[in-house]
Amino acid sequence: MSALTTPAFSIDDFLQNEREKDLLRFSTAGSVDDGKSTLIGRLLYDTQSVYEDQVRSIEGKGTTAPGQIDFALLTDGLRAEREQGITIDVAYRYFSTARRKFIIADTPGHEQYTRNMATGASTADAAVVLIDASKGVLIQSRRHAYIASLLRVKHVLVAVNKMDLIGYDEAAFRAIKADFSSVLDQIAVDTGSPVERIFVPVSALAGDNIVHRSDVMPWYTGPSLLELLESLPPSIDTRTAPFRFPVQRVLRPDHKFRGFAGQIASGTIRPGDTITVLPSGRSAKVGRIVTWDGDLAEAIAPLSVTLVLDRELDISRGDLIVSTDRPATVAKNAKAALVWMDQRPLELHRRYLLKHTSQTAPVFLTSIEHRTDPATLAHSPASTLHMNDIGAVTLNFLRPIALDQYNENRSIGAFILVDAESNSTVAAGMITAVSSLTAAGVPILADTWGPVTAGEREARWGHRGAVVEISGPLPLIDAIERSLFAIGAVTNRIGANDDAFLLHPTLLEIVTTLQVQSGVLALVVNANDSENLVVRADGQDLTLDAGNVDDVDDASGTSGAGRAVSAVHKLLHSTGIFISSEKAGL
Amino acid sequence: MPVAESERHTSPLQVTPHAPPRLSHLRLLEAESIHILREVASEFERPVMLYSIGKDSSVMLRLAQKAFYPAPIPFPLLHVDTGFKFAEMIAFRDEMARSIGAELLVWRNESAIAAGTNPIALDTKRCCGLLKTQALLDALRHYNFDAAFGGARRDEEKSRAKERIYSFRDSAGQWDPKNQRPELWNLYNARVHPGESIRVFPLSNWTEMDVWQYIHEEKIPVVDLYFAKERPMYVRGEALLPIEQAFVARLGEKPQMVKSRLRSLGCSPCTGAIRSDAETIPAIIAELISFRSSERANRVIDHDQEGSMEMKKREGYF
Ligand SMILES: Nc1nc2c(ncn2[C@@H]2O[C@H](COP(=O)(O)OP(=O)(O)OP(=O)(O)O)[C@@H](O)[C@H]2O)c(=O)[nH]1
Ligand SMILES: [Mg+2]
Repeated sequence: MSALTTPAFSIDDFLQNEREKDLLRFSTAGSVDDGKSTLIGRLLYDTQSVYEDQVRSIEGKGTTAPGQIDFALLTDGLRAEREQGITIDVAYRYFSTARRKFIIADTPGHEQYTRNMATGASTADAAVVLIDASKGVLIQSRRHAYIASLLRVKHVLVAVNKMDLIGYDEAAFRAIKADFSSVLDQIAVDTGSPVERIFVPVSALAGDNIVHRSDVMPWYTGPSLLELLESLPPSIDTRTAPFRFPVQRVLRPDHKFRGFAGQIASGTIRPGDTITVLPSGRSAKVGRIVTWDGDLAEAIAPLSVTLVLDRELDISRGDLIVSTDRPATVAKNAKAALVWMDQRPLELHRRYLLKHTSQTAPVFLTSIEHRTDPATLAHSPASTLHMNDIGAVTLNFLRPIALDQYNENRSIGAFILVDAESNSTVAAGMITAVSSLTAAGVPILADTWGPVTAGEREARWGHRGAVVEISGPLPLIDAIERSLFAIGAVTNRIGANDDAFLLHPTLLEIVTTLQVQSGVLALVVNANDSENLVVRADGQDLTLDAGNVDDVDDASGTSGAGRAVSAVHKLLHSTGIFISSEKAGL
Repeated sequence: MPVAESERHTSPLQVTPHAPPRLSHLRLLEAESIHILREVASEFERPVMLYSIGKDSSVMLRLAQKAFYPAPIPFPLLHVDTGFKFAEMIAFRDEMARSIGAELLVWRNESAIAAGTNPIALDTKRCCGLLKTQALLDALRHYNFDAAFGGARRDEEKSRAKERIYSFRDSAGQWDPKNQRPELWNLYNARVHPGESIRVFPLSNWTEMDVWQYIHEEKIPVVDLYFAKERPMYVRGEALLPIEQAFVARLGEKPQMVKSRLRSLGCSPCTGAIRSDAETIPAIIAELISFRSSERANRVIDHDQEGSMEMKKREGYF
């Protein structure tokens, strides 16, 4: 190594200083066109955080007057965004000052892309909410402030922007401040999450009070936006919170080593600490904290480490290792706040996939408590949630899950819902209440609520409710009913041609609807002399030649009836009516 | 000797015994990346790591070693070789895979290479399309990989700033930036239908500065081309072009020795060098602080036209 000596600059000092910088993640929020991207572009430009070639590539483009750089183009990086002059998806930008490093998520204001705003805010410690001074507080400003509060973004900097358009008028600024303060207070009451807020009048376009304090508003004597960002407390400190460690992977390089790899979600761990594995409830002591850089005497959140325990426990991906003193709650039911993000609206009693820590598990939404109107914060009853709706729901898990409330632990209280058919991420959720189980796994009665749900029935019976239409020879119909009964399915057989149904044509539908809601397999049968057995469930058909039911297949030894019965089981599994092949008797 | 008052004042950092010190910025980034690597290895059937030999790949590879230690890296490495990589890069690649015991796959679009594809015969855009994008898509399909790690960072380029950590790709490998899956907290949706796949970017939140500081602190080996040395170059105004490929030379052009290095490693005909005296990593970091241009400014491919990186990504580039 050559000894490189620059007198004025010491690289060692620089690196040491870098090591001591902390990190703040913040996101922008607000209504469309109120200047979020312009403000971020201005912040980057005035802190010399953009390269010359990046500035050159946007000169003379965009929506601003000639000679004036359109700073929004520094973050609006997609062609469609530049063409439409709006932000569509989050842009992540990075910069640092002498004091701290920043990760910025510049989010879209357009209502259609609310899900992308939620994406950016979910990892933020602070939000910069913009309000266009010439327009005042709009509904989208409220919606975003509400989502930020739900997501427990602790600090809100309210930048009242475009002050240049209203002649830098103090009275207008004060009016907006009073108005939005009361909005934030109402939101805090609703979400139970107080928001620390600071207001600052700015012009993103002119650069007033963004990085440098401006003298065009002598009535404002406070700090610039950047000074405020530099002085906010850093990310939430979870080192003293209860220990939580979702197991991501079991590492078994050879028969001697068995370690549990994961990222510490909260708390601190040392060898010798007693831990409990949830949901099983078994305990052990931490033997070693293994990393590539050597064993640790102590590890804190959010380090990624590998734990070796002092004895063999059956632990797999998705389990949660917690401190025995302060465990999480194991539950089969919970309440949650939900932001719906999919075109296809929420369907009660439909099976969704819950992605929570390192596990994926089936879940039912058994009831909607209410929908919240972001304009008025009023709660109203709802039978579904549409895209961008915010509501409160009850969740029913098919197997017990270890949870914390989101306001106690962001990592262990957060989840997403995935549609098992389309694979879309359809909702973001935050646990607000948990109904715990006793040590024996029985729900504590005082903690549970509501009628028995479809999810609970599905968990017990192994299938959900469905209409199964069967027509064909009577012996085959009998065989199918008997074989479903034999594997524990709950069935009810109805003759489609019974007099009562012929007299009242809508009756059959009423009866089967009730049965499906109760989780029963409604077998609507039509016995006849046809050559074919036809079975239909969930829009899928199965047609079998019933002529040779008594034949025995020489190779497999199964009879024609046996093959027909097993084909029906397969159909009911492939349509998702049975929750597993095992429950379907396959 | 008693400690003087003034000396005590020079170390104001009081560490309270029960609150362990906060994690540095690099530790936070490292922990996040390891979490991502482990999620992917556990949730996908056939993941692969795209290994491009550059500094970002070198960091990503070290993070993979850390993520699964003491077990080996549970997926292969894939290098998409255009045939125009520097000889030093190929030697480094083979030695790296051998020394850490990783499985290395190399894929080349042999028919396009045999047909004489190069950025001068075609234009850079079509050359990249064949030798990089097409080769990558062919390789992923050939091996049936359902997830591929890439070392791309959001701070590299403005369409990359829009990427998710899990970037969903349809069955043709294409990115649809207007319709990305929401991605909240650290909960990643790994569900794909057959033929679809996910590109995963564990270094999404790292900056160029972070990468160099991490290489420095972790003593991660990198290709010698990053360090300044007297190297033969075709000098064209400000631009320095490596002499690696003969077809780059203009008629009668003679190389000159220039003390230079590469800031970003790509294909030799399209990656310009920079004049530099930085022979060590601290010197590279010091130089980085003074740079006025982005790291991709010396790459021809990003500048063919406005939004060319976004277009390449839509077509299946990583
Ligand atoms: N006069 C004035 N115009 C501004 C100011 N800030 C932004 N603008 C203009 O407002 C328009 C919208 O700015 P953007 O930064 O794209 O707004 P945005 O909030 O990012 O919009 P979305 O991301 O689509 O929600 C542009 O034409 C800007 O030039 C300001 O302080 N004063
Ligand atoms: Mg914007």
